Order: sequence, then structure tokens, then C-alpha cells
Amino acid sequence: MRRHHIIAPLPSSITPDPVYRRRRELLKLLGLGAVGLSAGCNSPAAPPAATATPPIPGKTMTIARRVDDAGGESQTTYADATHYNNYYEFGTGKADPAANSGRFVPRPWSLEIAGLAEKTGRYTLEDILGGHALEERIYRMRCVEAWSMVIPWIGFPLGDLLKRFKPLAAAKYVAFTTVERPAQMPGLAYPVLDWPYREGLRMDEAMHPLTLLTVGMYGRELPNQNGAPLRLVVPWKYGFKGIKAIVKIEFVERQPRTTWNAAAPDEYGFYSNVNPAVDHPRWSQKTERRIAGTGFNLFGNRIATLPFNGYAEQVAHLYSGMDLRKNF
Amino acid sequence: MFFRDRIALAKPLAFALCLLPFAHLVWDATHGTLGPDPVAQLEHRSGDWALRLMLATLAVTPLRRLSGWHKAIRFRRMLGLFAFFYASVHLTIYLVIDLGGFWSQLLGEIVKRPYITVGFAAWLLLIPLALTSTQRMMRRLGRHWQQLHRLAYLIALLGVLHYFWLVKADHREPALYLAIWIVLMLVRLPRQARAARTPPTNAAILLKD
Repeated sequence: MRRHHIIAPLPSSITPDPVYRRRRELLKLLGLGAVGLSAGCNSPAAPPAATATPPIPGKTMTIARRVDDAGGESQTTYADATHYNNYYEFGTGKADPAANSGRFVPRPWSLEIAGLAEKTGRYTLEDILGGHALEERIYRMRCVEAWSMVIPWIGFPLGDLLKRFKPLAAAKYVAFTTVERPAQMPGLAYPVLDWPYREGLRMDEAMHPLTLLTVGMYGRELPNQNGAPLRLVVPWKYGFKGIKAIVKIEFVERQPRTTWNAAAPDEYGFYSNVNPAVDHPRWSQKTERRIAGTGFNLFGNRIATLPFNGYAEQVAHLYSGMDLRKNF
Repeated sequence: MFFRDRIALAKPLAFALCLLPFAHLVWDATHGTLGPDPVAQLEHRSGDWALRLMLATLAVTPLRRLSGWHKAIRFRRMLGLFAFFYASVHLTIYLVIDLGGFWSQLLGEIVKRPYITVGFAAWLLLIPLALTSTQRMMRRLGRHWQQLHRLAYLIALLGVLHYFWLVKADHREPALYLAIWIVLMLVRLPRQARAARTPPTNAAILLKD
């Protein structure tokens, strides 16, 4: 079963670049690299674009421990996880965030804590991270568009941060807001969504140990296109709940307005828990196309979608007694 | 001379040109250069070309009228058949590569998902047009041929809708295709009104080839 278990405590940085590269070459040697449309098309000569994996950019992060919460499933390559993104502030194409986020300046950064808590105010990124041990969490990431990845994130439980500000009993939800910088985020020029991007969680969801306040991936700081410098990862929910480049966290009493829910309430619910039994009105959520492994497979990418993205054991109790068809 | 005239000479070139996006797709598929989600790329690109060629087919007649280059009509069948070809490639990729192993899901999808329903309907409607695209069928059907092939307007619209409905939020690109379709329909309006009074003369030109 998929359990939240610790694999091995690691001293510092994880899987170094050479290992990534060797892994690719190994797979290439096995002939898994390029699969043609017809059987005769397999090219043993490895394509240059796929072999020359550049070293992962960004500063290495020191992590205290590593947890595999993806049941050992094969990881998405760093290149794929950073070049296939939905981050409309940089454009609506999947390649747009990688192409258009170069001008974004993620540091220095400040985060506003507001609303129903004993302590509120504006904090620097260093204030926020101070005192929290970073850990690597390998999670499945299921997009509402029916594709998925397996990504090693780096962060710490959001709940650990929230507790520091002593939320009041009246605080039932947590609302998040993304930064809005038109000069650095060209996608903001087009009102495809109601900017700035907003997301929200119920307090118990926010406090759940799987909910990760994320600052890095693949052993390094988050790249801009993946939500630098601070984002949310909620592995049992559709990917859009994982708000990026967070500038504000607010404790509120009522269910907050969230961007996709406001854009199409019948298509994107507030909860948006991964649920193969509740289809998107326009497409099925029963299966998903997994983007992982060698990074190039024509066949066999489609897999069954699991309730709560495979995290039912840990989170299903949060919704006991709720009609998940109504509260989708 | 192998070729009757310059149009006949240009046809193999046009054929090669229409095949180029497919060749590009096969090249990328066999070289692993389709990006992180290769199957989605194959679907999007084959679908794009089906739609583009469908609209190009519908653009031939207005182009003839505006430019006076009446021989353009002799490329129309090829464009239409290539639209059918790319639509078939698109559907095959969806069925065999994308849904492979999950076909039970598909049967429900065609009925339940409007965007798949209209896409599939567009492909089905293309079949009779492809089958009756030969000169023999043209002669045999006579006046009815043109009536049947007016389905192309509807097919193109279904194709645009198919694209419109699968997009999550950014409708700029499908809107552009819709705008092109509307323009192609509008330029026909005055002619259609006149055609109602006088019998069509297209058949003579079509049969020359």
C-alpha cells in the first residue's frame, strides 16, 4: 500500500546531476529511449536533444530527510517537469512559463500573513523559512487536464508555518494569493483569469501533514516557471490548487473565492480533490496520461486515476460524511 | 512532357507540401522530440492540420472569385482529402496511442463528451465526401454532388467547435478558426443568393481535371 514512509535520512543534497544523466544513458542503452510509430523506426542513435541533459540550475538545498509518497513510481524528468507547466501568468501554452519567466525576480521576497490570527504582518522569505527543516517529498501531481507527473518537491508542512501565527478559533479557511507583477509576468496582460490568482484550503486541509509549503524541487531551489520562490503542493487535489509565487496567506472565516472556481463553478470545485468517479463536465477523470520515466514513451502512458490521487488512506477521513459529487 | 499543364506539374508539389506536417510529426515521434507529453503533441498537431486543411478547402472558391485564378479549383479535392487524412490520423492517435488499453472508456466518451461527439461526427461526415471525391462519382451524382459536398461547411464548423470545447480557458486560437470560418461563409452569401436564381456552373470546371 502507499504509505507515508521514510526511505532514508540523507545528509545533504540529493541525487547529484551525474546520476540523472547516467540514468538516461542507461535507458538509452536498453533501447527504451526512442520508440517509433512503426516497429522498424527505433533509432539506436540517441537524439542529441535527449542525451545532453544540462545540469539542473539553481542553488542546491540542504534537506533533513527524504520521503517517497509516490510508492516508488518512476519520477518525471527535471526537464519535463520544468518545461510543461500551467502557469497562466506567463502564458497559456505549456511551454510558455519556461520561455517567459526569465524576467521574474523571486528574491528578495516578502509574504503577508493576515486575517484571523494572533500574529499577522509582513515577513521576509528568510523569516518564513527560519527554523523549519526542509524535507524532500516525492508526490504524484495530477492535473485537472488528465495528465500527471511524479515530482520530488522540497519544503515543509504548511501547518508547521501556520501554527506559528496562532490562528484564532474563528479561522475556518486559509486563503492564498499569487504575486501580480505585470512587468515580469507577460501573461497578466490578457484577462484569461481574474488576476491575481487565488486559492484556498479548509483549515484541516491546510494543517494536514501532506500539505507542503514548497521552496524547491529536484534538490534545488524552485525555478520561476514552477512557482518560485514559494508555492503550495497539495498532492491529493488537482494541480491548480497548488498556488504558485505566494505573497499572501490569510486566515478567514468563510470559504474564500478561488480563481478557477470563480471562472467556471460547474467545472472546478473549491475542493477539487482528485476523484475518478466525478468527471469534469467536458472530459473524463477516470484515467490520466503519466509524464514520467524516460520522458518519451508513445505507448502505455495512460493509467487509472486513483481516488484522492492515491492518498485516500491519509486524507479520506477529512471528507467523511460529505457528498463528494456535490462538493467536487 | 509528362504533365498536361502547369497545374498538373504543381500538383505533386502541393501533395508533398500537404504531407510535410505529417512527415514532421513522424520525424519528431521517431526522434523523441515531441516534448514532455508526446501523445498530446501528436493529437494537437494532427488536429490542427485537419482543421487548417478543411478551412483551406473552403477557401478555394472565394479565392477563385477574388483573384480570378479559376484553376485553383483543381487543388481543392487534394486539400479536402488531406483534411480527411489528418482527421483520420488524429482519430487513430486518440484511439490507438492515447486511449490504448482503455477503450471501455472511449465508448462512453463519444456519447457523453460533446467535444468528442462533434469531433467524431465531423470525421464520420467526411467519409462520404472522401468516397464521392472521384470524377466518376462526381459525374454520377451530378447536381446532387454539390449538395452533398455542402456538408463541408458543417464539418468545418464541427471541427472548430471540437477545438473550442476542449480548451480550458484561453479561447483565442479556436476563436481565430471560428472567425475564419465565419468569413468564409460570409463571402459566399451574395453568391448563394444569386445562385438561387441561376443554375450553378462549377461542375464544368471541376470535371475538366
